[in-house]
Amino acid sequence: MTTQVLNSRVNKTMNKTKLSFLILLLVGLVAPFAIYPVFLMKLLCFALFACAFNLMLGYGGLLSFGHAAFLATGGYITGHTIMQWGLTPELGVLAGTLCSAGMGFIFGKLAIRRQGIYFAMITLALSQLVFFLYVQTPFTGGENGLQGIPRGELFGLFSLEGNLPMYYFVLAVFVIGFAVIYRTIHSPFGQILKAIRENEPRAVSLGYDVDKFKLVAFVISAALAGLAGSTKSLVFQLASLTDAHWHMSGEVILMTLLGGVGTIFGPIVGAATVVTLQNYLSQGPLASWVPVILGLIFVICVLLFRSGIVGEIQKFMKKNFN
Amino acid sequence: MSQDFVLETQGLIKEFKGFTAVDDVNLQVQRGHIHALIGPNGAGKTTCFNLLTKFLTPTHGKILFNGTDITRQSPTDIAKMGMVRSFQISAVFPHLSVLDNVRIALQRKLGTSFHFWKSERSLDVLNDRAMALLEEVDLAKWADTVTVEMPYGRKRALELATTLALEPELMLLDEPTQGMGHEDVERVMALIKKVSVGRTILMVEHNLHVVSSLSDRITVLQRGAVLTEGPYEEVSRNPQVREAYMGSEAA
Ligand SMILES: Nc1ncnc2c1ncn2[C@@H]1O[C@H](COP(=O)(O)OP(=O)(O)OP(=O)(O)O)[C@@H](O)[C@H]1O
Ligand SMILES: [Mg+2]
Repeated sequence: MTTQVLNSRVNKTMNKTKLSFLILLLVGLVAPFAIYPVFLMKLLCFALFACAFNLMLGYGGLLSFGHAAFLATGGYITGHTIMQWGLTPELGVLAGTLCSAGMGFIFGKLAIRRQGIYFAMITLALSQLVFFLYVQTPFTGGENGLQGIPRGELFGLFSLEGNLPMYYFVLAVFVIGFAVIYRTIHSPFGQILKAIRENEPRAVSLGYDVDKFKLVAFVISAALAGLAGSTKSLVFQLASLTDAHWHMSGEVILMTLLGGVGTIFGPIVGAATVVTLQNYLSQGPLASWVPVILGLIFVICVLLFRSGIVGEIQKFMKKNFN
Repeated sequence: MSQDFVLETQGLIKEFKGFTAVDDVNLQVQRGHIHALIGPNGAGKTTCFNLLTKFLTPTHGKILFNGTDITRQSPTDIAKMGMVRSFQISAVFPHLSVLDNVRIALQRKLGTSFHFWKSERSLDVLNDRAMALLEEVDLAKWADTVTVEMPYGRKRALELATTLALEPELMLLDEPTQGMGHEDVERVMALIKKVSVGRTILMVEHNLHVVSSLSDRITVLQRGAVLTEGPYEEVSRNPQVREAYMGSEAA
């Protein structure tokens, strides 16, 4: 009996989330008719990047300070395989994603045993190593990056040169990536991941090999960060060192914390906020102050709204409508 | 007389930077017993548990579980073999529901714990078993509660249910009644008694009332070494024990 009550409650929250998904999807479908598609695509790419990062921090309890490496790797590999090997865009994106996953596996193998700040430090060190590697190796184009990556034809059939078809491709990629994350969180695997975040020694004592679970989560997270980078390189037809810089690792942390770590929609909101601010501010007289303003917002957010925008909204709803 | 030991240690030693926390401990836990490990604060009881479950690696010595040497196994493997521990401070998953806490333990047997592509609804088959376990520790009506909101005594009961979910052959309980009110202590005692049927329990406990009424055998640790071992009557008569341990707590 109690189980049934429980199930009905779980179903209700599930349905609410599903409804939110549907509304978001509809908004996503009509948005390019109201807002400049390239801006939207940028937003979606960063939202996916932040969601991928959130899987690690919010659900795995591990703060990675090296996710820029995966974003950049996705972009470079996609650019390279499309320009040099003539791959179609979906295959180029797939190649980028797989390489990021592979890199995630290596990072994970080396870092996952460390806890807390040591984990962050090792991922940072490794991503710096990758950064310097990309500065030196010729295939990345060094300081110039890979420019003029052709968007090509999806499955060799549909041209993505126009911004509208490209937008729908990016939207589809985002939906797939987001679905993967959502399912991962709400899977048997996700349950154990949450248990590890909640109480790691207890999870060990129940017979779970926690390092393996963290590693799998890290690889999924890296793969999706790579997917975001790959897609972004098609959107801007550019893969550059900016993506590999540690600033980028910091930015994704900012986005996730701002939106609400450990919430499913938080990273999307956070990414949207940061990208929008960057866009508006960089056009005005405050352009050179963008990092300062973002930093200020970050400080305020950390001090006042610990659980981020979405987290605070959830708290508010719970207090007033439950 | 041949005896059947579930757990045996041979010359177990743990040194922390020149300080010996566990000093040449030879422990033998007989199958079916409730075996108590007692001793003053800092005697090395928790460290012993950490060694047995491989949360710490012994500096010297051997650990045998059902006759097999497990000294080199990982904590995960040891749990899988059927030796499951609890912790001195209550070990629950605070922000998961009470039912989910138990399901986490049950889930391992399904063998789908790495399946990140499956729906969590595939775990619903465990609900009946989970509810039965909660029923057993009187927590059925809390199933839906977020664990962190429960009183302390209930959390310990939940921990016990979670441990039981694995149907361990040997349960290691670290101070199961610590910090509990009188009523909770009685309830947990009854519970331990109930679940001890058909399994072996090794338990660290300060409350001598609990120790005397539950345990078949007692090992007394002092400064890392075994002071004496035997049934309660025998141990409690030992003058050294009285002086070292009981003198302060139960004169
Ligand atoms: N990781 C560690 N590093 C250094 N010393 C440790 C470590 N763990 C425990 N000790 C020391 O080992 C000794 C035994 O500690 P332990 O926790 O095993 O005692 P205990 O018998 O469980 O005591 P209590 O009744 O207070 O729980 C203590 O002096 C403690 O300070
Ligand atoms: Mg202790």
